[in-house]
Amino acid sequence: MDSVLDWLRPDWFFDLSVVQDDYNRGRYLAGLWMTAKLSTLCILLSLVVGVVGAAAQGARSRTLRVLVGFFVAFFRNTPPLVQLYFFYFAIGTILRVTGENGLPQPLVSNFGWALISLSLFAGAMNVEIFRSGIEAVPKATIEAAEALGYTRLQTYRYIVLPLAVRISMSALGTNLVNLVKTTTLAYAIAVPELLYVAAQIWSEDLNVREMMNVLLFSYVGIVAVLVWVLHRWEKALRIPGYGG
Amino acid sequence: MSWTPDQPIVSIKDVHKSFGPVEVLRGISMDVMKGEVVCIIGPSGSGKSTLIRCINALNDIQSGSITVEGQEVHDPKLDKLALRKKVGMVFQQYNLFPHKTALQNVMMAPIKVLKQNRADVEVRARALLKKVRLEGKEDSYPGELSGGQQQRVAIARSLAMNPDVMLFDEVTAALDPETVKEVLVTIKDLAADGMTCILVTHEMGFAREIADRVYFTDKGVIVEYGPPATFFEQAKDPRTRQFLSQIL
Repeated sequence: MDSVLDWLRPDWFFDLSVVQDDYNRGRYLAGLWMTAKLSTLCILLSLVVGVVGAAAQGARSRTLRVLVGFFVAFFRNTPPLVQLYFFYFAIGTILRVTGENGLPQPLVSNFGWALISLSLFAGAMNVEIFRSGIEAVPKATIEAAEALGYTRLQTYRYIVLPLAVRISMSALGTNLVNLVKTTTLAYAIAVPELLYVAAQIWSEDLNVREMMNVLLFSYVGIVAVLVWVLHRWEKALRIPGYGG
Repeated sequence: MSWTPDQPIVSIKDVHKSFGPVEVLRGISMDVMKGEVVCIIGPSGSGKSTLIRCINALNDIQSGSITVEGQEVHDPKLDKLALRKKVGMVFQQYNLFPHKTALQNVMMAPIKVLKQNRADVEVRARALLKKVRLEGKEDSYPGELSGGQQQRVAIARSLAMNPDVMLFDEVTAALDPETVKEVLVTIKDLAADGMTCILVTHEMGFAREIADRVYFTDKGVIVEYGPPATFFEQAKDPRTRQFLSQIL
């Protein structure tokens, strides 16, 4: 019987057939690129959703606040995989246009739905993260801006947001790391990202164990890059003599 | 109605203000002429801070009227920016923007709010920081400055908007005794330059030295007022006398 320790045998652990085989390497790199692209775009879009949503939650209009509340509750209280299926299978089948050949074509691609769905999912969390950051900005600081003639929008843009982002940094980092890991769900709607291509490779080459290691280490690397970027950002935002 | 400098620059008439069931201001009237320095004193909770916050519309009022240069502050159609250009305010807790340097704190509002030219604003901002004796601290962040220094940046930040009236809300209350003086000197300089100043303060010695008139408020009304010499020596009302005896 194989011992679990066999896992660490060099010929398993370091079996990098994926690197040696041109065809597999090409697929792997394409998957890596897709994951990087999906992650980056989702992060940016989810930040926009977070900032706009948090601003709307502080708006005077009650309707707007209630709507954002529903949005956050919906995306926070349902599983992201179900959300993805909802977008792809429920909305995706409605949103069709007639193609050149006269047959109905989906308006939004698989990649598009993964991007929209995951950005909204992570964006809903970002709304909450930014909102708590905004609430932590002292009222008196906002009042000082008001007394200097800043409009609500100017106060938000020049005072509240820059401070709220700094306060939110650590919670934001956690959520964005989670977002990158959650991009693997796009596998479920056949977006050819890292997990998808890995599954393709292992079902053809029957090297599941080896590909598991490749996959895990790939994500360790990807998340490490993100953490490094976030760390640099946090450092760049640090204010001398302020906070910790 | 257009305002001329022989009329009060700030005119407060029978102002009432409540926070929920609590009536904080119960019929306050006060006129301040251009270039005058007025100090408001009184026990905490007597409505002094609320009163000066009403002057630049940080608080609203229930009834009565407040005008600045003839313009009704609590007119719902009021252009708040126009009011805030005229009225500068300095707070007890300085309330500087912590992510901006001293110089940026002073420059931001003229550039973003008044849309003035950056280079001109910078020249003026540097001159203002020099005026409040903070030369060399332009690039320091608020967190790197002492309370007294931060408060002087806050004063410079207000002055950068070129206000006609300055409101000071207990601006030395949060400071160490040693740094109180540097802030008071700055205000004294301002008053000497002819700036109209309305101060809520607990610094009786300073009020006596600088004020044209001292107002004593208690429980939302002005109990008595007068020029400092008369006010501090010959207070008529027993409440005023009791307050002064506790403080002096």
